Amino acid sequence: MTSITLPPNETQNQTAGGGVDAGDREISYVEAIREATSQEMARDDRVLIYGLDVDDPKAIQGTTKGLVEEFGPERVFGTPLSEDSMTGVAIGMALGGLRPIHVHIRMDFLMLSMNQLVNVAAKTHSMFGGRLKCPMVVRSMIGKSWGQGAQHSQGLYSYFMHVPGLKVVCPTTPYDAKGALLAAIRDDDPVMFVEHRILHFQNGPVPEQDYVVEPGKSRITAHGDDVTLVGISYQQLECLRAHQYLKDVGVSAEVIDPIWLAPLDTDTICESVARTGHLIVADNGWTNCGAAAEIVAQVTEKLQGKCEFKVQRLGFAPTSCPTTPSLEDEFYPTAQSIAASANDLVKGGPQGWFPEERPELAAVEFKGPF
Amino acid sequence: MLLNERLYKSLYRIRRAEEEIGKIYPTDKIKSPVHLSIGQEAISVGVCEALRPDDVVFGTYRGHAMYMAKGGNLNAMVAEMYGKETGCTSGKGGSMHLVDPDAGVMGTSAVVGTTIANAAGTAYALKLKKSDQVVVSFFGDGASEEGVFAETLNFAALKQLPIIFVCENNGYAIHTSQCKRQGRPEIAARAEAYGIPSTVIEGNDCLKLYDATTSAVESIRSGGGPVFFEAQTYRWREHVGPNEDFHLGFRDPAERQPWVENDEVARIGALLPDADRVAIEAEIEAEVAAAIEFAEQSSFPPASELMTYVYATEYATPSAAAPVKKAA
Ligand SMILES: Cc1ncc(C[n+]2csc(CCOP(=O)(O)OP(=O)(O)O)c2C)c(N)n1
Ligand SMILES: [Mg+2]
Repeated sequence: MTSITLPPNETQNQTAGGGVDAGDREISYVEAIREATSQEMARDDRVLIYGLDVDDPKAIQGTTKGLVEEFGPERVFGTPLSEDSMTGVAIGMALGGLRPIHVHIRMDFLMLSMNQLVNVAAKTHSMFGGRLKCPMVVRSMIGKSWGQGAQHSQGLYSYFMHVPGLKVVCPTTPYDAKGALLAAIRDDDPVMFVEHRILHFQNGPVPEQDYVVEPGKSRITAHGDDVTLVGISYQQLECLRAHQYLKDVGVSAEVIDPIWLAPLDTDTICESVARTGHLIVADNGWTNCGAAAEIVAQVTEKLQGKCEFKVQRLGFAPTSCPTTPSLEDEFYPTAQSIAASANDLVKGGPQGWFPEERPELAAVEFKGPF
Repeated sequence: MLLNERLYKSLYRIRRAEEEIGKIYPTDKIKSPVHLSIGQEAISVGVCEALRPDDVVFGTYRGHAMYMAKGGNLNAMVAEMYGKETGCTSGKGGSMHLVDPDAGVMGTSAVVGTTIANAAGTAYALKLKKSDQVVVSFFGDGASEEGVFAETLNFAALKQLPIIFVCENNGYAIHTSQCKRQGRPEIAARAEAYGIPSTVIEGNDCLKLYDATTSAVESIRSGGGPVFFEAQTYRWREHVGPNEDFHLGFRDPAERQPWVENDEVARIGALLPDADRVAIEAEIEAEVAAAIEFAEQSSFPPASELMTYVYATEYATPSAAAPVKKAA
C-alpha cells in the first residue's frame, strides 16, 4: 500500500507534546508503533505485549513484527479467542507489577472486553481508594472500506471517554503514534490506544530517540482564520484535505488534532474558535453522544457569553455501516463534504458549492482480500 | 431424489459457486472480504440435508456453504457479494452477513462466537412454542475459546434445548493452529462435560454427518435435549480471500494433501452413476453461471437507500445536521 500525500504539515511539533526534532527520518505509522513497542520493551522489562494473532505471520499489520524474536514468547504471545478473559488477565498482570499491552485487530472486538474495562480497570484506582494501580494499554484498530461492514468498521472510543478512570488516545500521525504509545505505556492508568487501518498506511517524520506525546495539548495541524476544523482519528486526514479544498472558495480553515480524547485539551480548540467563530468537529464515529458532541459541549460551556460562534458536528450517517460501495461512500464524512459544510457554516447558509475531487487529495482506499 | 444425488448436488453447487467467486475476486467486482468454505462443504451439506426446510441455522462469516446447503437463494448470495440491491441484505451486509429467513438461514456474524448464543435463544423460543423444529448452530474451533461458548452450552444443557451444535474444526483460527490456542484440544469432550451428548465426526465425512444429524434430529423432535458434533475438516485456501496461504509458513501443503486426495465432493460424486453425475454438474454449472449473470446485471442500491432499515418501527424525528452532500 502506498503512502498518502498530505498537505504539508506546517506544525508537526508546534503545540502538542514531544517537541523532538524528527530530522528527515520518515517511517510509517505501523513502523512507529512497532518501534515504540520495541524500544519500551527493551527499556522496561515489565512491559509485555499479547493478544489474538500478535505472533502470527501478519503480525497485526506489521506492528508486532519481530517482537517475539527480540523479546521471546513469554513477553510476546498470541492468545486464544477469549477477549473478555484476556482483558481481565491484563488487569491482573498490571496488579502483579507488569505493564501489559493487549492488542485487538479490530475495535469492534472490544465490546467483548467491556465488563473488565468499565467495571474493573477503570475503577481499580478510585474504588480502592488509590491503593491499587492498573497500568495497561489496550490497542485496537478501526476498519474502513472494502466492505468491512457493520461489525468491522466502528469507531467506539466515545464509549470509553464516558468512563472516568480510562484514558483515550487516537493518534493520527506516525510521530504522535510513537510518542503517544510511549506515554500510554508509562501512564499508570488504563489507556485505550485507538488506531485506524487507513492511518496505518501513512508515512511521516519520526525521531528515532525516545519522546512522549502526553495528554493535555491538542495540536494545530494547519493554521486559518475563518473556521476551526477538529478532526478525530482518520477524519483528521479528511480535515487537512478539506483545508486545501476550502482555499478555492476563500475560506481559511484552522485544523486541530486533539490527539488525546481523555483527558481532552479544549483550551487550544477554544482559543481557535474564539478567533474563527466557527467550529466543525468531524468525528470518526456517530454524532449521537459521541466525541464530537463532547467537544462541542465543552467548547460551548467555556465560550458562551464571551463571543459569538457557530458549531456543527459531522460523523457517520446514523445507521450501520453498509458493505456495498455505493452506500459506504455515503456513510462517511469526506474532505469534500466537510469543506462544503464548513463553507456553508462560515457564509451562513447553503452555498451550493461541493468541490470536485482532486486526485492529489483523494482518500486512499483499503483494498482486499481484507 | 436419492440421498447421494441430493448430497452431491449441494456439495457441487457450493464448490463451484465458491470457485467462481474466487476467480471473480481479482477483478475487484467483489469489494468485500470473502471467507471461502472450499474443503469444508461436507459439514454444512451433511447436516443440512438431514434437516427440514423449516428448521433453522445460525452461522459465521464463513457462511456461504451453510447458506447454500440450507437452501439459501444463490442469486441473492452472489448479488450480495457484488454489493447489488438484489442481494440477500440489499447490499447492507456483504459476504459475512448472509441471511435468508425464508430458507431458515437466520444470520451470520463477523464477531466470532456471537451466534452460538443467538441460536440457543431461538431454540428456547421454539421449545416454548412446543414446535418440533430444530436449531443448528455452526461455528469454528476458535469460537470454542470464547466465553459465550461455555455459557451457552451450560444454558442449553440446563434447559434441554432443541439444538445441535456443530463445531467445524478446521484446525486453525486464521494462522494459528488449535494446539497453540487450546490446553485440551478435544472440543467434544468439553461439550460432554456440560452434559451434552457429543460426537467427533472424523474425516470431513458427509454421510456420517448426515446419519448423525438424522438421529440427533429424531431424538430432539421427540423431546430430547441438545447434541454436539465436533466435525473435523480442513480449510484449503487462505482465511479470507481466494488465494492459498502456504507461503506464510504457518502450515505445510503436505498437511492439506490427504484432505485434497479424499475430497468429499469427488468421493460422493463417484458414488453416482456417471450419467447422473454429469447431468447434475451441467444443471449446477448453469445455475452458477445464471447467478453470476444476475449479479452482474443487477444495480447498485441508490444513495437514498443508506438510511433504510435502521429501525423496524419508525418515528419521524428531527435529525442532527448532516454533512452537505454532492447534489445528485
Ligand atoms: C470476537 C472476535 N475476536 C476475533 C476475531 C477475529 N477473527 C476473525 S475469524 C477468526 C478465527 C476464527 O477461527 P474459527 O472459529 O476456528 O473459524 P474459522 O475461521 O476457522 O472458520 C478470528 C480470530 C473476530 N472476528 N471476533
Ligand atoms: Mg477454525
